[in-house]
Amino acid sequence: MAPAIPTDRDLRLDLFRGLALWLIYLDHIPSNIVAWVTIRNYGFSDATEIFIFISGFTAAFVYGRAMRDYGFVVSSARILKRAWQIYVAHIFLFVIYMGQIAYVARGFQNPLYAEEMNILEFLQQPDITLVQALLLKFKPVNMDVLPLYIVLMGLFPPVLWLLLRNGTLALALSALLYALTWEFGWNLPAYPGGGWFFNPLAWQLLFVFGAWCALGGADRLRWLLRSRVTLTIAAAYLVLAFFITLTWHIPGLAPLVPKWLAEHIYPIDKTNLDVLRFAHFLALATLTVYFIPRDWPPLRSAWLRPAILCGQHSLEIFCLGVFLAFAAHFAKVEVSPGIPMQVAVSILGIAVMIAVAWLLTWYKGATTRKAAMGAG
Amino acid sequence: MRDVAGMRRMRAGIFGLVAGIVLAAAAHAQVPDAAVPLPESDPCDVPGYLLFGEGTLDRIAKSIKEHKRLNILVVGSGSSVLPGPEGVARSYPGRLEDRLRQRFPQVAVKVGAVAKSRLTAGDMVESLERVLLEHKPDLVIWQTGTVDAMRGIDPESFRVALDEGVDLIEDSGADVILMNMQYSPRTETMISLGQYADIMRVVARDRGVPLFDRREIMRHWNDNGNFDLNLGTRDLAVAFKVHECLGRALASLIIEAAHLDEFKRGATQ
Repeated sequence: MAPAIPTDRDLRLDLFRGLALWLIYLDHIPSNIVAWVTIRNYGFSDATEIFIFISGFTAAFVYGRAMRDYGFVVSSARILKRAWQIYVAHIFLFVIYMGQIAYVARGFQNPLYAEEMNILEFLQQPDITLVQALLLKFKPVNMDVLPLYIVLMGLFPPVLWLLLRNGTLALALSALLYALTWEFGWNLPAYPGGGWFFNPLAWQLLFVFGAWCALGGADRLRWLLRSRVTLTIAAAYLVLAFFITLTWHIPGLAPLVPKWLAEHIYPIDKTNLDVLRFAHFLALATLTVYFIPRDWPPLRSAWLRPAILCGQHSLEIFCLGVFLAFAAHFAKVEVSPGIPMQVAVSILGIAVMIAVAWLLTWYKGATTRKAAMGAG
Repeated sequence: MRDVAGMRRMRAGIFGLVAGIVLAAAAHAQVPDAAVPLPESDPCDVPGYLLFGEGTLDRIAKSIKEHKRLNILVVGSGSSVLPGPEGVARSYPGRLEDRLRQRFPQVAVKVGAVAKSRLTAGDMVESLERVLLEHKPDLVIWQTGTVDAMRGIDPESFRVALDEGVDLIEDSGADVILMNMQYSPRTETMISLGQYADIMRVVARDRGVPLFDRREIMRHWNDNGNFDLNLGTRDLAVAFKVHECLGRALASLIIEAAHLDEFKRGATQ
């Protein structure tokens, strides 16, 4: 029997995806004091987990219905079209990035950094660099998330097909792939060396888990999410993670982490979605779902509206955020690196993200109204 | 419609925000830059928590006490040497040598450097055995990470190379200090150092060897206004000053991690 797919949009998804986009933006500005507010400083997981989970959830929510209503071929075409859009967006950002690098290469010289400047060598061989970028093998700093998203979406049609037929099997296979990836160290190749910073073979687990939750999994887990034991474990784990993270920031505390524990948990592998990170995200999600119900009144308030709007246009706002982070870094380098500047670019960047999200919403509303009027 | 009021409030909020930022920026422009250090403060100052850690140097004290000799070797990549005729003397290995000679006049201190541009940790490990035999150092300062990050070397390979290198150095009977990358505000969005810096920290902690956290120290100097590391220049003046400070900080780390303070008092009495 096929699972029931809820029909109305869960605003919590938009809210938290919007917040995640803001946090990703803040984290992408190097040496930014405002980034201290972001969750990566208070636990193992960060905004990337939220973004990928919710992306999986909404993808299943949107395309699951399409697959039910229009069949496998049409819905797959729509998913691939989306993957293509993300690909184009990524290449667009890459071009902007190249522009920035080229500018820095012309304008900057300092014998102290002769070695670091070698990074600009790739400008001298655009034939290789561009092809590697088109193949998603060459990914500059902060441009790792979209390629992950592209691969996950590109391979989503068969996954969704199986999820709709046998959700448990799909999730089990996903977990198996994750385990094998850890066991054998699989990853996709990157240029000039190594593997992808976000290993899709590992991170797919979070995406598929999100999709599984959207297709009825969340309902099946409800008893678990409501149990006192689960909530206690989740809260305890978050507290533990908080204290361990604290020891990274306050050097005097580091010896408080016993050596056997440190040997077990370090390094916490972001590339392969460390189990500790995944568990941390689950704990966060459990408490969030418990304290913020679907019909939570503030979800309809004007205060949360900006984040929700950003979450509803996640691809556009994500790309804008990457671009704005470049611009913010640029402003810091060219104008002033100080704290007032860091605060200013942080606030201004988020304000621009909100304004653009609002504009997109307005445009979407205006065009659909127009279309409805034309039809009527 | 329901949302109109919310939209209006939101727009008012955005305008308020922008106006606030502009005002704050204007107010800031009139205040003299608070980050400029007082004239009497030493630009080389490093807070203790950035410099000293858990790792110790257990072997060099013996060499100093028994043989009155301290032979240090810097193994590194391009950021360990400065160009020009004065480059060798005024880059941090040379400054470290000067500093230690002043501090321990009765000890024969020698700081050599085997530093070549573009070497990854793995590359350095390949020639490490030969280098150790040739120079017979009491202490190796292993500067690495930058090239690995630029080339995107597989993090696990980087970790293995670090481990192997530390093994080789310790087997040769020498102490080791790991030194990570430079802080470079200009290239921060181009080279992703974080992961590699984390690995160096983990290896240093696992092996109980000191980590000279050059990246955080230089970030501190930049953010605190001691140096403007954003400055575009062909002039070597800033580079010389930064290396002078790096040399001094390294000397402090060595003295602390090898418990040499006590030795000095004993020797001068």
